[in-house]
Amino acid sequence: MMKFKANRSSYYFLGTALLIIIGLQVLFSTGILNSFWNTIIRQGAVIAMVALGLNLIYGFNGQFSLGQWGFYAIGAYAAADVTFRWTQNTSADGLVVLLLADAFMALALWGIARLVKRVRGMDTLSAFAIYLVGVIASVFLAVFVSKILTSPVTSLLNALPETWSLQIVFFFAVVLAGILAAEISYLFGLPVLTLGSDYFGIATLGFTIIMKVLADNSDRLLGFEEMKGARGMIGIPKIATWLWIAFFLLITIIIIRNILHSSYGRAIISVREDELAAKAMGIDVAKQKILTFVLGSLFAGLAGGLYAHINGFLHPSKFDFIQSFDPLIIVVFGGLGSISGTVVASFAWALVLEGVLRLVLPPGFESWRYVVYPLILLIMMLLRPSGLLGGFEFPFIKTVLPPLKKKENNENSAGGEVL
Amino acid sequence: MNTGSELLKIENLSKNFGGLRAVRDMEMVIPQGSLYGLIGPNGAGKTTIFNLITGIYGLTSGQILFNGNPINGYEPFEINQMGIARTFQNIRLFPNLTVLDNVRIAYHGHAGYSFSDALFRSRKFEAKEKEMTDQAIEFLSVFNLQDRIHEVAKNLPYGEQRRLEIARALAAYPKLLLLDEPAAGMNPNESVALMDLIHFIRERFNLTILLIEHQMQVVMGVCEMITVMDFGEKIAFGTPAEIQSNPRVIEAYLGPGASALAEKFKRRKTENVTN
Repeated sequence: MMKFKANRSSYYFLGTALLIIIGLQVLFSTGILNSFWNTIIRQGAVIAMVALGLNLIYGFNGQFSLGQWGFYAIGAYAAADVTFRWTQNTSADGLVVLLLADAFMALALWGIARLVKRVRGMDTLSAFAIYLVGVIASVFLAVFVSKILTSPVTSLLNALPETWSLQIVFFFAVVLAGILAAEISYLFGLPVLTLGSDYFGIATLGFTIIMKVLADNSDRLLGFEEMKGARGMIGIPKIATWLWIAFFLLITIIIIRNILHSSYGRAIISVREDELAAKAMGIDVAKQKILTFVLGSLFAGLAGGLYAHINGFLHPSKFDFIQSFDPLIIVVFGGLGSISGTVVASFAWALVLEGVLRLVLPPGFESWRYVVYPLILLIMMLLRPSGLLGGFEFPFIKTVLPPLKKKENNENSAGGEVL
Repeated sequence: MNTGSELLKIENLSKNFGGLRAVRDMEMVIPQGSLYGLIGPNGAGKTTIFNLITGIYGLTSGQILFNGNPINGYEPFEINQMGIARTFQNIRLFPNLTVLDNVRIAYHGHAGYSFSDALFRSRKFEAKEKEMTDQAIEFLSVFNLQDRIHEVAKNLPYGEQRRLEIARALAAYPKLLLLDEPAAGMNPNESVALMDLIHFIRERFNLTILLIEHQMQVVMGVCEMITVMDFGEKIAFGTPAEIQSNPRVIEAYLGPGASALAEKFKRRKTENVTN
C-alpha cells in the first residue's frame, strides 16, 4: 500500500515534469515564446541547479557556503574549453584530458583517503598537502597520457555524423566538468570543512574570489589562450537547449530527493540539527559534510557547464563574488531545506527579476538590482521567514510516512498515509 | 584476564582544561550488566567523565578500556559504533525532525544499504528502509511514543523528550548506556516511573548502565554500585547503603563538619527511638 502510493506520486511527478518540459519546448519551437524568454527560462533552470546544490549544503547540512559560485565557474570554463576545442580545432584533446584528469584524480583521492584513514591522527594540513600533490600529479599524468589517446578518440568521434558528435562531446563535457568541480570541492573541503560555520563561509567566499581571479588571468596564468582572460571567452557553441537543461535539472531533483529520503539524507540533516548529538549517535559528521559539499558542488559544476553553452560567451565578471549571492538569495527566498521552494524561487527569480522587470523598467535597472534584491529579501524575512513556500513540498519530494500504529489493533491501520 | 566481567575500566584518568584539573586520577570499573551510579556535587567532573568516555574530549593522561580495548583517541562516532551510547544533561534531540527520524538517524550505522542503493531506489533499499522504520516504531512503542512518531521533536513535552532521547540512544544497539541526569526536572512521580523504565530497559536490552544523577531517591533506588566524585577526584565507592553513611560523601555535599552533625542527629534519633 505504502509502496504503491510512493510510486504513484513518482509517476505523477515524472508525468507533470515531462508535460511542462515538452509544453515549453513546443512553445519555444512554435515561436510563441521568443528567444528572449527561452534564454530566461534556461537561465532559471541553470540557477535552480546551483541553488539546489547550495540548499543541500546550507539548508540541509547547515554549512553556510559562498563557494558555490566558484564551482559554477570551474564547471563553466572546463566544459566550455572542451566544446571550444572540439568545434574550433576539431580536436578531442580537451575531452580526453578532462576525462583522464577526472579519472586519475578520483583514483588519487580515493587511494590517498584510504591511506590517510589508515594513519590515525594525521593532522588536516599534512593530509591536505598529500591530497594536493596527488591531484597535481594526476593532472600532469592525464595531460601526458592524453597525447596517446587524443587522435584515436578524435577520429572515432569524426566517424559519427557531425550533429551527433557535437552533442556527445557536449554531454560528456558537462558531466566531466561537474565531476571536476566535485573533485576540486573534495580537495578544498577537506581542510575547510573542519572550520566552524562562519569561518567556513569566509573561506568559501575566498575560494570564489580565487576562481574569479584565475578566470581573469586564465590566458596568461593558466595558459589557456582560448579563454582570453578578462576579455571573456567567445566562440563556445550555443548548444545547451532547453531539453538538455531540463534533463539535467530533472536528474538533479531526483538525485537530491532520493538521497535526502534515505538514511544518508537523514544523517546529512542530523548534522544541521545538532552536530554534537549526531556525533554521539554514531554519525561521521566530517564525512557527511564532505559528502554534501561534494554533491552540491557537482550540481554547481553541471550547471556551470550548461550555462557556458547558453550564451556562448563567458566573462569573468559573471563569476564575481557579488553574483555569488544570487543562489544564496534564491535559497533563502525559496526556503532553507525546501526543494520545491528552491526550484520555484529560481524560476521566479529568472522570470521576474531578469525578465519582466527588464521589460517594464527603464534601461539601467540592472544597476539597481542590488538594491532590489536586499529589499525583497528583507520583506521576505519579515513576512515569510520560512521561505516562499514555507514547509510545502510537492508530493513527489515528500517522504512517505509510515502509518501510525494504534495500540489496540494493528490491522486497522494498514493503509499507507501520505502526509 | 577477567575482562569478560569488566565492561568499562577507567585507569588513572586525568583531564586538564588549561590550569583547571577537571578530572584527577579517576579509577572506575563497571561490571557487565550492572547499574552503576556516578554522583557528586555540581562541578565535580561527572559530565567531563562522560565526555571523555564518549570521545568528545581527548584525555590528558590515563586510559579507558571498553571490553578490554583502549578507546582513547577514537572519534565520538566510532565510540558510539563500538557500543557506547549516551544521553545529554540538557536534552539534545534533533529538534526540527520527527520523533521517528530522531530514532532512525541513530540507526544509520545499521542501515544495511549502500549509497547507490539509496540513489537508485533499489529493492534492497525499500526492504531495509521498511525494516528500519518498523524497528524504530517498535523501539518507540517500548517508550510509549508510538502515537507521536510524526510529531516534531521540539514540540514534545519535557518528559517525552527525555524518553525519546533514551530511545534514540538505544536504537544504536549499545552495550553500555550513559545517562546524564535523566531525572533532571522531573517530579517525584515521574522519577519513580523513570526508575522503573531504567530497570526495564536494562533487562529488555541486556544493557550496562552508567548513570549521573542528582536526585538521591533515583540514585539510591536504582544503582547497585556508586562512585562519588568531588573536585575531579573519586572520594568514595560502594553500595548505596555504604555511600549514604560515608562521612566524606556527606561533607562533600553539605560542607565540612556536616558529617559530625549528621552523626549527632542520627544518634539523637536512635536515642529517641530507644527512649
